Amino acid sequence: MAGTAVSGRLAWRVARLAEARVETPTARTLVFDIPGWPGHLAGQHVDVRLTAADGYTAQRSYSLAAPADGDRVELTVQRVPDGEVSEHLTGRYAVGDPVEIRGPVGGWFVWRPADPAPVLLVAGGSGIVPLMAMIRARRAAGSKALFRLVYSLRTPAERYYAEELRRPVAGLDVTYVYTRELPEGQPGIPRRIGVATLNTAGWPADFGATSYVCGPTGFVETVADILLALGHDPHTIRTERFGPSRD
Amino acid sequence: MGVVTPGFTGRAHSGDPRLPPGQYLARDFPVLSAGPTPRVRTDDWEFTVVTESGEKRAWSWRELLALPSEKFTVDIHCVTQWSKLDTRWRGVRVETLIGDLTTSADYVMARSYGGYTTNLPLADLLDGQAWVAYEYNGKPLTPEHGGPARLLVPHLYFWKSAKWVRGLQLTTKDDPGFWETAGYHDYGDPWREQRYQGD
Ligand SMILES: Cc1cc2nc3c(=O)[nH]c(=O)nc-3n(C[C@H](O)[C@H](O)[C@H](O)COP(=O)(O)OP(=O)(O)OC[C@H]3O[C@@H](n4cnc5c(N)ncnc54)[C@H](O)[C@@H]3O)c2cc1C
Repeated sequence: MAGTAVSGRLAWRVARLAEARVETPTARTLVFDIPGWPGHLAGQHVDVRLTAADGYTAQRSYSLAAPADGDRVELTVQRVPDGEVSEHLTGRYAVGDPVEIRGPVGGWFVWRPADPAPVLLVAGGSGIVPLMAMIRARRAAGSKALFRLVYSLRTPAERYYAEELRRPVAGLDVTYVYTRELPEGQPGIPRRIGVATLNTAGWPADFGATSYVCGPTGFVETVADILLALGHDPHTIRTERFGPSRD
Repeated sequence: MGVVTPGFTGRAHSGDPRLPPGQYLARDFPVLSAGPTPRVRTDDWEFTVVTESGEKRAWSWRELLALPSEKFTVDIHCVTQWSKLDTRWRGVRVETLIGDLTTSADYVMARSYGGYTTNLPLADLLDGQAWVAYEYNGKPLTPEHGGPARLLVPHLYFWKSAKWVRGLQLTTKDDPGFWETAGYHDYGDPWREQRYQGD
């Protein structure tokens, strides 16, 4: 197993919001300045800690949305209704405001640019975040590894990184699956990812691809089961689950 | 105190003394694992305990169910910050499975169907602190929660409670398991917030 052993205590560092971008009406990309950031791999996450004036703290995990770039770290946060941390980060949290961040964490759900194997990325909703970091790391490293992305969303308005994913990239195929509402003018009916989707938009089992699946639990369970049914070796399927256990 | 984020007030603190630092109460039961959920048929299921000298005990599913079991109600704490209080389980105490084996091992590597591993001190699995659990809330444990059987060590972060557990290897050396190799803490005490190596 590929591990990134961490030595010494993972320090909390003060991060300041340098830039914020509206991703969708309910999601915001936050670019932080973190002096002394040690770097990270695509797919890793960080812990973010907020402290209130009375000393109360809350911390949550967020995937890194982009590959390492000096002291800059990028996250995309989806607003969860009534969510203690995400409501603040997608709302009042403003340029210049500090938070504390520590990481990077996780040495399993990662993609390394030196790996030439084909890659299947399957995202459900905000599960696109760590997968986008892999797409961006591939581009930054000039990797020729063949990538396919299957991105499941309720509606076209919920697409993250829409502009960037619209631009064609050699060696990256993108397939959207809409579960509630199709883009205007697109024929067909909304549906969920099924065997046929992954049979067509994924890799044949004997191509030796690595699959990265990220999204809510039910989504990840379904996709991983389909990949197994299509003959993929369980050891080539890596999963990261976040969001509620029931959608 | 940490660096204050202007405008952040947080949710009214529950102040529940049973909630370790940094944890919040989950209403649902989140599922976290590194890969697909293994589906293990109870007909094929086997559980083994092997000592450092190679002495071995093994149980089939029916043999496990025939062992003395107990019902217990415990709080569980995941390193991703959620906790659940008063979860109800049934299982066999680990010391029942270790039984009459002779060992001077201090550590255990728990091994799972699907290849997952996690390391624990043997002492943490004895004296009614740990079980091989096969029922949750009065029902058979579902595959996504580790069924047919999982290790349950409620006083440590939940990644130590290996799902789909298939055996315990007693060892004299403390080798890191799956998440421990990926940067998580070797012991994982939620009350001391031992989340990552070095905490
Ligand atoms: C490895 C990992 C990576 C992640 N990456 C991302 C990412 O890239 N982007 C992203 O947006 N999210 C990500 N998440 C999810 C993120 O960590 C948070 O879970 C999410 O932002 C919600 O946090 P919150 O504080 O806003 O909501 P919470 O306050 O935790 O609430 C979540 C839900 O539970 C309910 N709830 C929680 N506590 C209580 C309580 N005490 N009483 C009543 N109801 C309660 C809330 O009403 C809500 O429905 C990731 C999670 C993990 C584990």
